[in-house]
Amino acid sequence: MTSPLISVKNLTLRFKTDEGLVTAVNDVSFDIAPGEVLGLVGESGSGKSVTAKSLMMLNADNSVYDDDSQIILRTDDEEIDVLSLKRPKEQIIVRGGAISMIFQEPMASFAPAISIGDQMIEQLLIHSDMTAAQAKEVSIEMLDRVGIPEPAHRFKQYAFEFSGGMRQRAMIAMALSTKPRLLIADEPTTALDVTIQAQVIELMKDLVDEFHMSILFITHDLGVIAQTADRVAVMYLGNLVETGTVRQVINTPAHPYTRGLLNSLPKLEDLDAPLTPVPGDIPSPLDRPSGCVFHTRCVETAGIAEQCRTQIPGYSSDSSNHQVACHLATQGDES
Amino acid sequence: MSKDILISARDLSVHFPLRGFVFGERPVVRACEGINLEIEKGSFFGLVGESGSGKTTLGRAMLKAAPISHGEVVYTDHEVTYDLGRLKGPELKDYRKRSQLIFQDPYAALSPRMTVRDIIAEPLEVMGLTSSREETDARVREIAAKCRLNLEHLRRFPHAFSGGQRQRISIARALVSDPRFIVADESVAALDVSIQADVLNLLNSIQQDSGITFLFISHDLSVIAHTCDFVAVMYLGQIVEAAPTRKLFSETSHPYTKALLSAIPSLDPDDHHVAQKLEGEIPSPINPPPGCRFNTRCPHAQERCRTEVPEWREMSSGHHVACHFSEELA
Repeated sequence: MTSPLISVKNLTLRFKTDEGLVTAVNDVSFDIAPGEVLGLVGESGSGKSVTAKSLMMLNADNSVYDDDSQIILRTDDEEIDVLSLKRPKEQIIVRGGAISMIFQEPMASFAPAISIGDQMIEQLLIHSDMTAAQAKEVSIEMLDRVGIPEPAHRFKQYAFEFSGGMRQRAMIAMALSTKPRLLIADEPTTALDVTIQAQVIELMKDLVDEFHMSILFITHDLGVIAQTADRVAVMYLGNLVETGTVRQVINTPAHPYTRGLLNSLPKLEDLDAPLTPVPGDIPSPLDRPSGCVFHTRCVETAGIAEQCRTQIPGYSSDSSNHQVACHLATQGDES
Repeated sequence: MSKDILISARDLSVHFPLRGFVFGERPVVRACEGINLEIEKGSFFGLVGESGSGKTTLGRAMLKAAPISHGEVVYTDHEVTYDLGRLKGPELKDYRKRSQLIFQDPYAALSPRMTVRDIIAEPLEVMGLTSSREETDARVREIAAKCRLNLEHLRRFPHAFSGGQRQRISIARALVSDPRFIVADESVAALDVSIQADVLNLLNSIQQDSGITFLFISHDLSVIAHTCDFVAVMYLGQIVEAAPTRKLFSETSHPYTKALLSAIPSLDPDDHHVAQKLEGEIPSPINPPPGCRFNTRCPHAQERCRTEVPEWREMSSGHHVACHFSEELA
């Protein structure tokens, strides 16, 4: 087995705020193999974006990583301890070098007063030793590759002259032109219409095959995950509650929260199925529940409520590496 | 007439003239064009379409919050009949009581400087529906309970609430004047799925208890499918297909509706159906394509589609479609 491209171990991240230390990510560990698409799912406030940003050291200055947090990035010749990169010069490798990111709101992610082309050239000059002319050529080629018509003409235009779907394509082109090993896609299709979303998803699938890169795909849309990811990690209130292959997590969800998410989704195949919401709201990260963080909203605690309230569940895993952090799993089917 | 129609649009167009053109004909944004629509009393009517399709404008025209350039919108309940195009003065004020709007973003829709009680009570006070503070309070508490808001929270400000709770406050505010018709414009789009399910269930139970008619606007077909009895699909200012929900899904007739349906990512990881690809993006409503407006993206477009505007015709009972070739494509 090849070693993973990136390994996140015991990542715990807190923010210093006026109201005290807020835990945003709590003891999260996962690996991404080369060429693998890992889907990261969760509600707003679950810590998925913060987790992804820590891979690029993009979190704000008031963030504090716990001492045993570790993020290891493996490139061809070396292992990089991401969290030890302190100076911006060193951080270039994870900020656009080996890792690129595309964001949810493509309008907000381009500088409005600099042409798309100049923005694409700028980052190529920083991350490679190309000349400006080469960078321009590569950029136009990438715009063409993501399906933007008349790329040479579009290259000179500004973000406001692009439609939503085209901006997102330009963003993907820009992120991929440096040939990153890992692409972090933070809700890349959420702001798009379904027909445009379908185009962008297909484009991303093609590009994974072509460039053989890994993707960390963050979304709250389980349908998008089912169609794109190889493996899925489900987050709740800063904790990873379940990880497994996309089939395991969606077809046989092991955590009550994952089941709750699936039950609250409207399904086209069965219009009569009632929508069952997960009761209540996600608690404030300032006031994290004791024991299992999900126990305040869990509907399956019957019989072991005391255990759920007081003990933090460990990860249990079946033979195929379908991991879940729930007392029910350790107790119920030991078999 | 056998059906009991609450509000209907006939050949409705909403145009917004653009500013700043001195010479020649002034260009207009044709946000809605030639809309025919009937919403039955007590139904949950869904309106689906991509951004820029004119669904919000249509919703607003039905509330007389967008200018009606052509055609008419008629509202009828057991007390009054209003032709919205000509409505003004006291009658317009009366219509404001009978119709309400729930917005998309519960963070932007609530004033941060008013308590929840004041937010919900404001329509009562503005419209003069109650005569004393006690009466107002009683009404606010009644509605808040109906929307499953904790009565102790009425003294708090909106910042203390989560997205789902805020949306329940918005719903309470819309319900307080006892309307007959509510337009819910993308009211669950900003919410997480688990919260979304909760708000949808609440809207459905309100509709069943009080018989309020809903126009539910959404870009999400699966949400529409689960909540609405009747669905109309909009594209570039026109309704291209309308049918009872089940029929729309089982006998999809318009190529655009088919494309929308196939673009929804399946929850089954092994379902590798390829989304029926629509090339390009929605054209500008300032200069819509001639003939069928969908012809620039339609995989089946033929010469006739580029020249002749398709007729709005009934395929089967209650199922209307605007496409030259829907029989052949079915």
